[in-house]
Amino acid sequence: MDRWLHVLLLSAVASAGVVASPGARAADPLGAPGETPQVVEPRVERRDVTPAVIDTENFEAGAFIGTISIEDFGSSVVYGGRIAYHFTEDVYAEATVGTAKAGKTSYEDLSGSAQLLTDSERQFTYYDLAVGWNALPGEVFLGGKRAMPSAVYFSLGAGSTRFAGDDHFTVALGAGLRLLVTDWLAAHLDVRDHAFESDLLGDNKLTQNLNFTLGVTAFF
Amino acid sequence: MRSYLLATCLVLGTLAAAVAHAGSVAQVVVRDPFLDLHAGPGRGYPVTQTVDRGATVDLLRQRTDWIKVRTARGLEGWVHRNQLAGTLTPQGDEVRLAGPSPEARTAHRWEIGLGTGDFGGQSVVSVTGSYSLTESLVARADVAQLLGNASNGWLGTAGLAHVFMPQWRVSPFVGLGAGIVRIEPKATLVQPEDRTDSAAYAGIGLRGYLTNRFLLQAEYREFVIFTSRDDNEEIDEWTAGFTYYF
Repeated sequence: MDRWLHVLLLSAVASAGVVASPGARAADPLGAPGETPQVVEPRVERRDVTPAVIDTENFEAGAFIGTISIEDFGSSVVYGGRIAYHFTEDVYAEATVGTAKAGKTSYEDLSGSAQLLTDSERQFTYYDLAVGWNALPGEVFLGGKRAMPSAVYFSLGAGSTRFAGDDHFTVALGAGLRLLVTDWLAAHLDVRDHAFESDLLGDNKLTQNLNFTLGVTAFF
Repeated sequence: MRSYLLATCLVLGTLAAAVAHAGSVAQVVVRDPFLDLHAGPGRGYPVTQTVDRGATVDLLRQRTDWIKVRTARGLEGWVHRNQLAGTLTPQGDEVRLAGPSPEARTAHRWEIGLGTGDFGGQSVVSVTGSYSLTESLVARADVAQLLGNASNGWLGTAGLAHVFMPQWRVSPFVGLGAGIVRIEPKATLVQPEDRTDSAAYAGIGLRGYLTNRFLLQAEYREFVIFTSRDDNEEIDEWTAGFTYYF
């Protein structure tokens, strides 16, 4: 019964729309002439949209310290900082800076007095801009009660290394383990190779400078 | 000295971040049949709990697409944004969570990109920022470090690009711009003085959407360097990079 009434009303509205003239309005079967009847009761409730009040923590910044093996110049302590932005759960971009003081080549050690580089030229400073991939998410268990989310990541970047008074284009290839100690604090174990071409010892060659670092970062 | 300053900044930054983490809490009522609580902010982390429809959860923090929630019983876990899209506030309003939508592909304004390539034989490391003036017209600026065997330098440009088919998955674009090039020849060569010149470029490239947030971009630009010598210098630049949009 209701349905039939609806059909009737709708067709009345449709014809009123088609013959939109005062005459048609006056011939409306419902209500007194001059009154506009409410044909359909609107049942759509207006909904408000509230933005959620949450901290979005996609930035990660921190410091690291470790050891770097500078090709031909021994191993040294390296330290620096990194800032990353996590685009998705899988991909992030990262800027890293680091510095170390290179040691002596074996030639310098054996000859006794010959110095290939001045003190300031031994400063090994690099930056790289990298894209990283959180490849292997997982959990690390500490004893029987604690589990920390972890991720093994790989990164590929390009940057520059200042060493021996010269800037070198550097490709940085790395992998690491990120451990979420708390929701906002992460520990990193990172291995990275900084490869650049150098003609410091005669021939132009691709030098590999591997570093191994431990770091702490905070998400914000 | 500079490195100590840097280290201090980093430590302060970390501390500031640590203080700022104490976030605000919002409450929502679950409308989906259930919520999966993961152990970490990613789909690869195991589901440790579920929360039924009608339950109230606190929103604690968001990382990329994942939101950490706490249930009334005090259980915590990470939920994907999509599962929370249907939740309501206790007052019955819809909740909007931060994050991009598929429409952002043509509607977004800001982009940031990292790139690398070759600038007339020198390697390039560049950072680019751009702002969409219209769907297809983009204003952009970039800073690049140039690293070569005979010289190093810097390049900074600003310009406009026209994207032909912004709604396509892969679209060609053309660009025009001007900037400054600084070339520092290495000391072992005959003319060691540094030069700073203005430059202009015309370029052509391709950009393709990798996902809803990423673009891969490759570009060829021909630079004319307005040198102080008799002849202008022409340099070809090839770059490829990775762009994120907000």
